Amino acid sequence: MAKSISRRTFLKGGIAALGAAGVSSVPLPSSAMEADRHELATLIDIRKCIGCEECVYACQETNGHKFPKPEKPFPRMYPGRVKVSDWSGKQDETGRLTPYNWLFIQEATVEDKGEEKTFTFPRRCMHCQNPPCADLCPWGAARKLKNGITRIHPDICLGGSKCKDVCPWDIPQRQTGVGLYLDILPAFAGNGVMFKCDRCYDLIGLGKLPACIEVCPEQVQTIGPRDKIIKEAHRIKEEIDGYIYGETENGGTNTIYVSPVPFDKLNRAIQKGPGIPHLDPVEDSMAHADNLAKAMLIAPFAGLFAALGKVWSFTKKDSRQERRS
Amino acid sequence: MTDTQSKSITGKAMGRIFVFAFIVMAFTGFGQMPIFKRYYIADIPGMGWAAKFYLTHYIHYVGAIFLLAFLTYAILDYFLIKRRYSKLTSSACIRILLLAGIVITGIFRVLKNLPDVVFSPGFTMFVDISHLAFMLLYLLTALLFRIIHSGWLKDI
Repeated sequence: MAKSISRRTFLKGGIAALGAAGVSSVPLPSSAMEADRHELATLIDIRKCIGCEECVYACQETNGHKFPKPEKPFPRMYPGRVKVSDWSGKQDETGRLTPYNWLFIQEATVEDKGEEKTFTFPRRCMHCQNPPCADLCPWGAARKLKNGITRIHPDICLGGSKCKDVCPWDIPQRQTGVGLYLDILPAFAGNGVMFKCDRCYDLIGLGKLPACIEVCPEQVQTIGPRDKIIKEAHRIKEEIDGYIYGETENGGTNTIYVSPVPFDKLNRAIQKGPGIPHLDPVEDSMAHADNLAKAMLIAPFAGLFAALGKVWSFTKKDSRQERRS
Repeated sequence: MTDTQSKSITGKAMGRIFVFAFIVMAFTGFGQMPIFKRYYIADIPGMGWAAKFYLTHYIHYVGAIFLLAFLTYAILDYFLIKRRYSKLTSSACIRILLLAGIVITGIFRVLKNLPDVVFSPGFTMFVDISHLAFMLLYLLTALLFRIIHSGWLKDI
């Protein structure tokens, strides 16, 4: 694996790209081999991105077989407020996230140290460490894998879009007319399947790199065990006096951005909207639930003390009655 | 609550609290499915919260804290006091089994939601669906036993 990737990298990117991989402390090729043992994270160094969209097309090509093939006409859904979400006629859209486009390039023109600069960077699912989409999915269709990938299973998802509602970045996108709901109660429950980046879980499983990482001519992204990726992100941050996004967002994600300009500056400059996620600071969505979960450990003790109190008063009452008789 | 139950299992007031807590748990549990907005329940004045997934999730957790405390109390109360003069009815045994199913799958559901806890996809789906199935079965049996006036305890 290591040899194969190095050869490809050499052939594609030439000496410069090979050199970049060499100086990086993140072991690119071997990283994917650790998928079974470690939570893998990706590092996106936005200084390197040239906005060529190679990653976008590689993602579409590699994952094309996973894209929805809706059956038409769509079943009529009730009540009338339930809207069809059909992207099948707009499969070429690359300017935002759709069920057919799991990665897009975001652009920000900002002033940095008195100079106007334009940055481009890939946006896709952040693959949170404690993903609310997977935690709150009522069917287990969205799930987090041990290697840090959050994946929505297309054969189980009913397209209720709850994952999108609870995602701080509104990442998953719905396509009507596909999936399990068609076999259950298509008129009354479900509305298709939610789609998003699965970080090429199948390729990772084979010890290969996700398509967007492998194809990138500038090696914008690297992948590896999260602790090493974080270390590398901080090394770059120190080196360039830069900023990190994704390390603590939503309690920690497995997509770490490094930038020479503050992310709030980038966030103000990017276009935002449906399918076009922000770069806001994000608090841990599951933090309150995690605290309540800890309180559940105490709950049985409360019941225990209440019961013991009752036994105490019961015993006292009993002995009083005995004394009287 | 049935007469038999109100006489003994936890007392009338506690029984009512249990039923109220269970209704809240059932409602917020069903609210984890995206149905309340679709079917206009969240449009009823004062019910907008029902479509807020994080909020219904918190309420469900608070209900779980209460139920864990309550069930511990009820179990100890039975074994330490009530068992001296009463025993469980057959319908109570069925309800207890279903409640155990709800609690055990619920505990796994909570564990799954903790950071750094990852279950296999198959097990996660099993837990999700069996939690719902146990709840539906419990509601059906509770309704049935109420109709036939079968309580939790009978005198020895």
